[in-house]
This record gives sequence, C-alpha cells and structure tokens, in this order.
Amino acid sequence: MSQQVIASTANKARKLSAEEIAEIEHEMTLYPDKRAVGLEALKIVQKHQGWVSDESLLGISKYLDIPAADLEGVATFFNLVYRQQVGKNVILFCDSVSCWIMGCEGIKGHIKEQLAIDYGETTEDGDFTLIPVPCLGDCDRAPVMMVGPDLHRNLTPEKIDSIIKDYKSK
Amino acid sequence: MAKIVIDGVEHEVNPDNNLLQECLSLGLDLPYFCWHPSMGSVGACRQCAVMQYRDADDKEGMLVMACMTPATDGAIISLEAEGAKSFRSDVIESLMISHPHDCPVCEEGGECHLQDMTQMSGHNYRRYDKKKRTHHNQYLGPFINHEMNRCITCYRCVRYYGDYAGGTDLSAQASHHHVYFGRHEEGVLESEFSGNLVEVCPTGVFTDKGFSENYSRKWDLQTAPSVCVGCSVGCNTTPGERYGSLRRIVNRYNSEVNGYFLCDRGRFGFDFVNNPDRLLEPVQRVDNTGELLADDQIKALIKEFKADGTIGIGSPRASNESNFALRAMVGEENFYAGYSDVEHDSMQVILELASDVAFHSPSVREIEAADAVLILGEDVTNVAPRIALALRQSVRNKAKDLAEDSRIPQWQDAAVRELAQHERSPLSILSPAVSRLDDVASDRIIESLSVVVSMGHQIANRISASAPSAAASTEHSEVIEKIAMQLKSAKRPLIIAGNSNGSDVIKAAANIARALRDGSDGPAIDLCLLVPEVNSVGMGLMASAENPLGAALEKLQSGEAKRVIVLENDLYRRAAKAAVDAALTKATKVLVLDQLPTATTANADVILPATAFSEHEATYINYEGRAQLSFQVHQCQKQAQPSWRWICDAEHVDDLVERCCNEAPGFARLREVLPGENPFVAGMKVPRQSHRYSGRTAMLANVNVHEPKQMEDKDSIMSFSMEGIPAQKDASVLASSWAPKWNSNQSISKFQDEVNGELKQGHVGCLLIERKNSSGSYFEAATELKEPSAKQLRVVFSYQIFGSDELSARSKPIQARMTDAYIGLSPQDARKRGLSHGDVATISPLGSPVVVCIRTGIKVGTAMLHCGDGNISPADFSGLIEVEKSATQTTSRGIGNLIVSDFHEEEINS
Repeated sequence: MSQQVIASTANKARKLSAEEIAEIEHEMTLYPDKRAVGLEALKIVQKHQGWVSDESLLGISKYLDIPAADLEGVATFFNLVYRQQVGKNVILFCDSVSCWIMGCEGIKGHIKEQLAIDYGETTEDGDFTLIPVPCLGDCDRAPVMMVGPDLHRNLTPEKIDSIIKDYKSK
Repeated sequence: MAKIVIDGVEHEVNPDNNLLQECLSLGLDLPYFCWHPSMGSVGACRQCAVMQYRDADDKEGMLVMACMTPATDGAIISLEAEGAKSFRSDVIESLMISHPHDCPVCEEGGECHLQDMTQMSGHNYRRYDKKKRTHHNQYLGPFINHEMNRCITCYRCVRYYGDYAGGTDLSAQASHHHVYFGRHEEGVLESEFSGNLVEVCPTGVFTDKGFSENYSRKWDLQTAPSVCVGCSVGCNTTPGERYGSLRRIVNRYNSEVNGYFLCDRGRFGFDFVNNPDRLLEPVQRVDNTGELLADDQIKALIKEFKADGTIGIGSPRASNESNFALRAMVGEENFYAGYSDVEHDSMQVILELASDVAFHSPSVREIEAADAVLILGEDVTNVAPRIALALRQSVRNKAKDLAEDSRIPQWQDAAVRELAQHERSPLSILSPAVSRLDDVASDRIIESLSVVVSMGHQIANRISASAPSAAASTEHSEVIEKIAMQLKSAKRPLIIAGNSNGSDVIKAAANIARALRDGSDGPAIDLCLLVPEVNSVGMGLMASAENPLGAALEKLQSGEAKRVIVLENDLYRRAAKAAVDAALTKATKVLVLDQLPTATTANADVILPATAFSEHEATYINYEGRAQLSFQVHQCQKQAQPSWRWICDAEHVDDLVERCCNEAPGFARLREVLPGENPFVAGMKVPRQSHRYSGRTAMLANVNVHEPKQMEDKDSIMSFSMEGIPAQKDASVLASSWAPKWNSNQSISKFQDEVNGELKQGHVGCLLIERKNSSGSYFEAATELKEPSAKQLRVVFSYQIFGSDELSARSKPIQARMTDAYIGLSPQDARKRGLSHGDVATISPLGSPVVVCIRTGIKVGTAMLHCGDGNISPADFSGLIEVEKSATQTTSRGIGNLIVSDFHEEEINS
C-alpha cells in the first residue's frame, strides 16, 4: 500500500509528455521498485526540458508516487540536475588541477569576456550557461570543457571563439 | 549480561545494546548527537568516539564509535583516553564551524543539547574565523520555526520525521557543506507529529513558534508534571508558565504511555488556558446582564442546589475529583453522563469488556510490540494520535525479526531498515474512508460501516467457528481469510476499535479478540478500545448505566428535576439542539461550571469559573483504564477554582481522592497515584521553579517594589517556589528533567533505570479496572443496516486532530490549522447532487451548512461528517441524511487546512 503523495501539492504538477512517460516506463522495467527510477526520471525530464522545474518535479513525484521532498533530495544532491533554468547550451568548464596547470584561468577569462557571464550565469540571449566542474577525466588534453554533450580539448582562446560561433548557429 | 571494562572499572551491561546506550545507562557522560534512544544508531555524527583495546596488553587501542559498537562481553574501552577525547573535541569543532554564535537570541539556549555536548567535549574556543555558510529558512506552518543556519547535520530530524513518524514532506537536500533539511517548498509540515522536531533537534533549527513569540528560558519557567487533556491517551507533559501565562508544553517521559513523543494537538493545544475569553468571575444572570456574585451569595446558591430536585451532568473532560464531587452533591441517582447517548451506550460495552479476563487493554508501549494489527472502523490518527505513531512502530516488528534472523543488532537502524525494505508486520484497516495510516497498511478495505462490522464478525468466525458469523458476502472473502490467518498466527495480535460511531464495531472487534483466545486460559488478547476525551472512561465509571444524558434532559423538560448543575460541558455538542434548548428553558435554575464561554454557558443562570488543567491538581483515566495524576503548574490569577471546590467542602484533592476510592465503585486504587511521603526531603516540598529561576524579587516590581510572599500551595507536595529539593534521582515528581552538565531534555537518561526504561522511583500510573476471573461470551452478530435510499447518505462521524477537541480548538496555533464543518463525499455521490469541492451544502434535518469535500477514498453512500468546532451537534445528524447545495455560499475557515491523500482532482492541467 502506498499513497504518499499528498494531493494538494500534486495539483501544481506538470503533466509529463508522452515521450517522457515512455522513457520513464522503460526505466521502470529495469528496476524492482518505482522509487529507484527517481533519478533516471529526473534525467529524462531534464533531457527533454533542459532543466527540472518545480512543476516537473511534482509531475515526476506524482507519476512515480515518490514524495516531492524525497525527489528534491535526490535532485539537489546531484550538481548536474538543474533545478534552475539554464541556457540552451551548458558549458561545464573544468577548473581542476591539471587544467589549472595548463592555464584554464586564462581560457575562463576569455569566455567571460566573450559571453559576459561568470560561473552560474546565463547569457542574456539564453544561449549559454557557464558552470565549473571539478574534473572531466581528460587531463592529458587539458584544458578541457564540455558544451552540452560534447567534449572539447586542448582549449585555446581561438578555439573558444569558434566553439561559441558553432553553437550559436546551431 | 556481559562484563565490560570502562576506564579500568568493570561494569555489567546488556550485550544486545551498543556501547553508547550502555554508557548512558550506567550514568556516564559520553557526548552524542545522531543517536536517539527511540531511533537507534546510524553513526553519522562521529561524536561518541571511545578508545577500544584488544586485551589488557593493548596500550594503543583504536577509536570506535560507541553507538556503532556492540557491548560484547570482555570489551575494554576508555572514554577518558587522550586520543578519544581529542578526537571528540575535533569533531565538535568541525560540527560547530558554521554554527552561529547566536545562543543569546536562540530559543534553544539553556536547554540545548549542542551547548551541553560542546561543553562536555571541551571545545571552548573558536579558532575558525572565516565566512560561515548560510541558508534560507522556510515557512513551515503555525507550529514550527525554521532556522537552518544552526544545523549541525546530525540527520535526527529526517530520521524522526520520515523514518519514525512516517512524514513525507521533510527531507535532506543537497550535499556536503550545503546539506539542508526542509520541505521541497515552503508550507505547513503535514505530519500530525511535527512538534516533536522541537525536541528531537539537538539545537535550535526547529523551535516552537508560539513559544518563541512569548518566550522564556527553560530555567525561568514554572513547571510541574502534567497530563495532556487533548484525548484519551493521557500523554505525560510538562507545561511551563511565566508571568501568569502558559507558555509551552514539552514531552514528559512515561515509559508505558507516551515515551519521548507527543502529537501536535497535545503540544500546541494548551493556549485555551490563556484565552482572553476565559470565564474568571462567578456571575449570575439578572435581566440578561451578568452580576458578580459575592461569597455569601454563592454559599446560598450552593445550598439551594443541594435541595431535592437538582440533577448533575458530569463531563468527560473534567477530572475524576470534579465529577465525583458533583456526584456526591446531587446523589448517585441524580448524576448523569455528560456525553451523547450513543457514546453512553458504547461506553457500557467498553466497560463490560474492560473487566473481562479474555482481554488486555494495551498501553502505548505494548501497542508498539504488536506483530499483527487490525483496525476496525476507527480513524486512529485523528481520535488518539499518539497511538497512530505507536502503530507505525508496530509494523516494524517484522523488520526486527528479519534482523534477528540475520544476526543484525536491533539498534543498527539503517541496516535493519535496509534489510527489511518494504517488509512490514501486517496492519489491516477496515473503515469507510482512507486514513493517514494507509501507507503502512498491508490491507485496507473501504466499505460502509455495516459491511465493516459484518466483515469483523466473519473474521471472528473464520478464526474460531464458535464465534457467530454474519451474512457472508463473497466479495472480500480472500481478505477475510488472510486477516484471520495473520491474527491467528501472530505472537501478539492487536485489535483496535473505538466509539466514534456506536458500539457495533466494538462488539465485532471484541468477538475477534475473543475468537483469538477461543476459550483457552492463554494470555489475554490485546483489545484497544478508543474513546475521544481525556476522562471519558473516568466519567463513564462514575455515571450509572441507567443515567444517560437524554434521561437528564427529559427529567428537566418534564419538570421532574428543577435545577441542573452542568460540569465543564457544552451540552449542545452532546445532544440534539431542540432537546437541550427545551431542557434548559424549562429548568428553573441552570448552574454551569466551565473555563470558557459556550452555547451552554450562554443559557446559564449562574456561571462559576473553573480552572484549566494547568491550574489544578487532578486525576484522569485514560483509554486503558490507567489513572494518572496531573499536578498544578501555576495559579489562576483571577477567581477561577477547581470545579469541585465550588460545590463541595473538601479541603484538598487528596481528601476527595480518598472519598472517591471509598465511595465510587471501580475507583478503589485511585489513591495509588498520589505521591507518598518520600518526595519530601528534610520536610521540604518539591519546587516548581528551578534553582536558576531568575527575577523572582524583581518580576513584579512594576506593580510593587516590595517582594510579595511566595504563594503557598496547600493542596500539593509541590511549592510555588525555588526553595526545596528538586527531583534529582527521584522521578515521581519530575517535571523538567535536568542534571549537571545536561540542561536539555536528553538529561532524561539520568532518571531512567536504563535507557528507554522506567523512571527511577517514578510511576507510570495505575490501572484501575480489575478484571473478573471469568470471561464473557460472544456478542450476537449485528444485523445489516437498512440500505439508504437514492437521496440519502449514511453518516459516519469524522474526527479531526485539529478541531474536534473542544478545548484545544480554542488555542490560537490549533485554530490556524482548523477547518469549517465539512462533509466528505465520494465523487459519485457529489456528482449526483451537483456538488463541487469547496461548495457549501446543507444537510437534513436541520439544514446546517457544511463545506463539501470530495474525496476518492470514501465509500459511495457514506457521508463523512466533521462537526467543526461545535457548529453542528452529532446527535442531530445520526443515521441517514440528505445533502444539497446551499443557497448561500459563504465559509469562514473553508477546508484548505485539511491534509488528506485522496482529494478528488479533475484532470491535472496539461
């Protein structure tokens, strides 16, 4: 027996899209317990929506019958589940030891200049959000960063300019 | 028993426990945070580190966490080893890094476990001078304040709120330095047990909101051991008073009743004592205005009422002493029950069962030990909330069995939970609507009350063929079979029912319990029968079965009785309005004793003000027949007196208790709850004020610079003073626990014979009702009720934790959570009548307005009627009613405060 989600909060829930539900349903076949699908569901919704809004969180909570508070605990535990709106492209910029040795600070300064944003900020046009990340596991090609799903290595200011141009035109 | 060596001294300990618990049981001081006596160990805070040695030759030792290490035979440990002490001091220093230096403005200051442990661990000087992490605080409703900056991330709050109390809206969020304990968004904490966070949190993250607004330090509060008057469980409490107003209630440990926890009605429902509408002067009505009564006038009045032709109506919310004094004054034959006639009838059944040797009425602790539970027709969370919390622990007995099989110690909380996953002991609920316990129920059947009763009889018959069967429907036969087998195979089965809706359910429950014993001489079966009010059982024992309230009203109406004394009771909540009106109009003189104005006092000729629970010493009898003594905490500043003092000439409570023991059948053992002579040390009374009580000579300086003489208490072994010997090791008169180095409520371990054990020299109350040697026989199975017609619905009364209790409903924090009178309907029944959620409807026969609440978890054909704060008398609407939309659609509170899981939603917005 379980009826954990109190309806008063579920009223604000967003109804999940058919695609989201299909993917969540698939994940549910892989686990013995609905609760275990919470994190996957958050990732699925983020993939489709770009981030996890309060309404989306409540939507998942209702769909999987996981209390919103528990789901929020999972969502906020992981840095890469975005609970605030992010830009179309999220730049995960490595500022860990190897990248620092290889001069990532200068690269970051260049990005900051080009996009007029600092860590945790989104460009006015909503194209880019800049977030620091401790390591991307590609230290031999430092400095590195990810933009969306793509890894970019051996960064130079020139490379940054062309990357920004590429993603803007996408 | 195991022998272990602690710092060179050999001790006998229980090897089933962990080292921390055993150290505390031995009275040693070992700091801790995440461990809690009722929640076991998780090893999160690392504060209870001790040094453990392999053998006598091992001089190095290794650090272990005492809470995570079993107290195995031969263990050699040291609390004092330098390595352990410095480790503990480093741990507290890091826990304290972001803790603000706000003790002077923090409500927890002076009773803060964190302060105590910081001192104990020797972290006296702050080296960290960098920026601290800060958090946003959330609005958590009218009961609790949130101040997250003070958090030391011990995780006790979520372990209590979620794991222990089953709350779903408080969680641990984020990670590492940002860990946050809160809701997913601001809002009222949904659990009915949220107030315990105040005591579970070792520091000031969760504090009592009402107390904060009217604050006093723990040591400045005048306190005494008290008993909660919110329901029939009789939880033990410690109310605190300062400057004549009652400031707060905290839990008072009683190993058999409430343990460490209260419900929110009990904790926040005391404020009616401070209500500005309190009746504080004796008045009589002369030409529709109140006229103050002088002492000799009152004497003459009482004399007049002592003449023939006077009847008395008792009260389930008044003490045994007041009920007895009234009974003694008017005579047993003229003393009438002060609850509804339906309740009177079911009380006779309950009392009959209470003396039957086949049954045992379980205490809250015993309820926690049940390994198969059946709830028949009762909404336990709203009628006797503390028992619902106990039932949540009972379903964990399966997990404990599994742990034992895997040889995991019971105190390994996380491991036991991980092992058990969703495995629970069976808890079946059969009732007309969903309840707040359903998330831990193994089976939950929603059926009309008469089907519930019939299923109960079928379960009894399935357990033992000697039990009468009811007409069997095939629909639920599988569940009936399953529940019967679960109860039959259980080591300690428990049947719960109550008198919210008449005695048929109780009879069915009794038959099941009787079938489980099946004529054997085996142990009595746990049968827990709930009643709604603090002294329902006490008054039930006092009033004769032939004297229901209805008979009293008839006697007045017919003129057979001329005068009536109404003891602390609003008759309009107990009987049909027309009958009460007729009786009170006809009576030549109506005397009402009460604390607050009610519809009944509005019709009184004489009103004598009665003291509230914290202003007098009294005994009450809880649902199990347990008599408990509640001490006076403070004095009523005006002329209110205990009701008994107005109407009888007894000098002390003790005299009345003595008379009650001798004269009222069933009360012979009541005197056992009175404290003996031993609390007196050197002839000095037990002080209600702590030795640190401040401002005594100055607190009334704004009135008069001369320090007044301390008030004397002639009634009690306690004094309104700081002089005397406080309960140090003797807990029989223990209000606020305190021990050197232990200023917080955690000091209770210093008063227990062992952790979670009974209080040293304290007593847990006294079971009054003696069981006969023979056992009774089965009740006849009830006949099915008439099916309602298409227009009609069958009424089931729905209690609300916030609102159904008359007195707590006059408290501000409780009012902030109350609803209007409402009627719960299934979507089908609502649709048929053209009603929407939140509409105002009228119900026949009186056309009273109620708010419509559409719930998916209500049986079709059933209407769940919540009577609000006395807006509607249940007696006017029993049986079948009709509901239709009202012409006027105004509400005052609405039903927005209702927390249920089954509101009917239209398709959510896409």
